[in-house]
Amino acid sequence: MSAVTVKDLRKAYGSHEAVGGIDFEIAAGEVFGLLGPNGAGKTTTVEILEGYRERDEGAVAVLGQDPQTADREWRARIGIVLQSSAMYPNLTAAESLALFAGYYERPLDVDQVIELVGLGEKRGARVRTLSGGQKRRLDLGLGLIGDPEVLFLDEPTTGFDPAARRAAWEVIRSLRELGKTILLTTHYLDEAESLADRVAVLRDGKIVALGKPAELTGAAPATEIHYRRDGQDVVVTTHEPTRALHELTAEALAEGRELEGLTVRRPTLEEVYLALTGGEEAE
Amino acid sequence: MRLFVHQLRGEQRLFWRSRELAFFTFLFPVILFTLLGSVYGDDTIRKEGGIKASAYLLAGLIGYGAIATAFAGLSIVLVIRRESGVLKRVRGTPLPPSTYVAASLGSTTIVYLIEVVILIVLARLLYDVPVPDHPSQWVSLVLAVLLGVLSFAALGLALTGAIRSDEGASAVVNAIFFPVAFLAGAFWSARTFPGPVEAISDVLPLTYLIRLMRDILIFDESIWENWQSVAVVAGWGLLGLVLAVRFFRWTPREG
Repeated sequence: MSAVTVKDLRKAYGSHEAVGGIDFEIAAGEVFGLLGPNGAGKTTTVEILEGYRERDEGAVAVLGQDPQTADREWRARIGIVLQSSAMYPNLTAAESLALFAGYYERPLDVDQVIELVGLGEKRGARVRTLSGGQKRRLDLGLGLIGDPEVLFLDEPTTGFDPAARRAAWEVIRSLRELGKTILLTTHYLDEAESLADRVAVLRDGKIVALGKPAELTGAAPATEIHYRRDGQDVVVTTHEPTRALHELTAEALAEGRELEGLTVRRPTLEEVYLALTGGEEAE
Repeated sequence: MRLFVHQLRGEQRLFWRSRELAFFTFLFPVILFTLLGSVYGDDTIRKEGGIKASAYLLAGLIGYGAIATAFAGLSIVLVIRRESGVLKRVRGTPLPPSTYVAASLGSTTIVYLIEVVILIVLARLLYDVPVPDHPSQWVSLVLAVLLGVLSFAALGLALTGAIRSDEGASAVVNAIFFPVAFLAGAFWSARTFPGPVEAISDVLPLTYLIRLMRDILIFDESIWENWQSVAVVAGWGLLGLVLAVRFFRWTPREG
């Protein structure tokens, strides 16, 4: 059974259509990435799945229930890391986790979660003294403390330095090994590429591409063949790279020429993404 | 119940760790009582049945404590929690919203009860105001404390709906709560105020809570003999409750 099902989901704020009819499913145990620039509809989609917002149209199920009418038992089975939300500044990291652990029937062990998110040295530090990255790791810990089956991560590493991002990725990978279903939103391509089993690219509230990261780079824009002829750069773009390359090399061989600076390159996910999202800068 | 106790303990820890809250809502009434009492505690207030001002001030500052703790303190804290996203985060857990609110009120009640006891002890030590000496007087006092906390908390919860940002919270709350405390006679009997001012005083719930405290603590009456005061305070509380149910929000303003 799918952990998350979304069918023709629509949500408008006034006349602005934030989500304009999207469909996707997330299998149990899968890490699914929602990728897109700011304002593409990622947070609206996730907050509908978390039960914070009401949809206008479409059908949504998380763990078989409609988030809009779901009960406490359902809440105990999902974990939420919001894009931005503070915590009580005067509690320590460990006290924060213990407070939230008390809300669940079968929470994880506080010490275990502290180790998992890498806050071991900060367990006794007040939340207000933590750095941005440390607070974000506490957010992740608070999302995990109830031992959820489905975890929603809304831009979990935005604002991290590269080292902190790598550390957070490791945490997310270890969660995946624990069998958690994870819905991750991000505007970082490399994050989606290295963490997600499948990625949906959102643009203006619509899914413009959906598949494994490798499939996305394999589809859409064509392969480019670069070489120089008479000092001029020549670029051949093709959807049939084998044939094109064969014809080029056959012709060159027949004429006794060298294809100088010959390179064949497949588009990176970044180029796919930029093409799909209308060239908007990915931050 | 387990959840309620767990959350109540969390709220207590949060309250006493916050120096601002502990100072303004808890220590401030004690300081005011000491200061005002030392300035004019020995005066008698003819219009309050000729009681000493120090005795009147005990009732007045117990009333002040109710509005400071349950109305001002609670609403500022909840607006800050709402706008920073703490309430939204809590709503994402299995903790029932009603338990969260109940624990918040329970914690406020504990703080206020301690405050009332300290003020009573202080009144005895500094100004020889007699301590309630029989169980029925204590029962009336505890009931009046609960009435005060719940009514002002309901009004405080309602007020959060009218405050848009956490920066504005203190300003809005203080702009209401200081004039109300003064007009209701927290620092000096409202019956000595000029007519129009007294008229305003006569519709404020705090006026009646202070009167109730005075009648129980100083005149040794039971809460049942003062049902008019109870009705006015409870009526305001019910109005607060209706508005709170309608306007209380868990999520921050959309950015």
